[in-house]
Amino acid sequence: MDIEVLEESPISSGPPLRPWQYGASLTLGLLFGGFLLKSEVIRWERINRMFRFEEPHMFIVIGMAIAVGIPSMWLIKRFEARTVTGEQIPIKDPPFQKGVIYGGVTFGVGWAITAACPGPIYAQIGAGEFAALATLAGALGGMFIYSILRPRLPH
Amino acid sequence: MADAITGPWSPWISGILIGLMVPGLYLIVGRRFGVSSSLRHLGAICAPRAKSDYLRLHNWREHKWNLVFVGGLIAGSFIASQFLTAEPLELLPEAANTTGGVLRLGFGGLLVGFGARYAGGCTSGHTISGISNLNPASIVATVAFFTGGLITTWGLTFLIF
Repeated sequence: MDIEVLEESPISSGPPLRPWQYGASLTLGLLFGGFLLKSEVIRWERINRMFRFEEPHMFIVIGMAIAVGIPSMWLIKRFEARTVTGEQIPIKDPPFQKGVIYGGVTFGVGWAITAACPGPIYAQIGAGEFAALATLAGALGGMFIYSILRPRLPH
Repeated sequence: MADAITGPWSPWISGILIGLMVPGLYLIVGRRFGVSSSLRHLGAICAPRAKSDYLRLHNWREHKWNLVFVGGLIAGSFIASQFLTAEPLELLPEAANTTGGVLRLGFGGLLVGFGARYAGGCTSGHTISGISNLNPASIVATVAFFTGGLITTWGLTFLIF
């Protein structure tokens, strides 16, 4: 896929936010951090047991999240739901390009090593697991490497 | 009763709560649930004069909500670990706190950051948000995530703690 096309739709932006919506982002973040910790999906052992198929814990958490997400998205689209401020909801998803496969597999290797995808890296740090600062430093380094190699990588 | 809070939460309930982040963010903030884009925002803040367009032309101010969300995530995990957990959880193996362990985490983190940005999302943006919207690319990405994880866990065992 052409890089310019990829560039056109940054998927995490949208219409301007009201100040209180930043408070809402913070609150949802607080809840998400609490859920990640209490569900133990940020524990190395849980991730390792998932990849070893030794316990269904992770599969249930991810499966239930999707089981809630699919009907939610269906309802939002079916009834053209608006945000509480009356704005249209900009539903955008990352498009398919070769990086979905190459980057995806690379990500999976790192996930199995560190037991942390980006959300859990932050949650591990919040919970006082300071070794995870190394994971975060690595992840930022990986993002910088991607930003430099991007024009030369197949997309 | 207190155990229900301070012990590990049921994966069924936790999954439902995590899944509610998707409509929650869309309906209240009007934004898409995802975490790995925060790495790019942080990169654009740290390197405003970067050579790469990917960072230099990235207007992180439009995405401030995402960094606020991540700030909440860190604080939420802190609060839950300090006040809502009876016994301290072992998040990483003991070996993570050795020099070798830190290097291993740094290397793994590098793959996570590179891979998530190259794929256009991580477990939250692709596996949860993307699959919730039945986005074909997110289904492929999730299969790729597991492929990489399974290869490493079963084949590249020297990389694992």
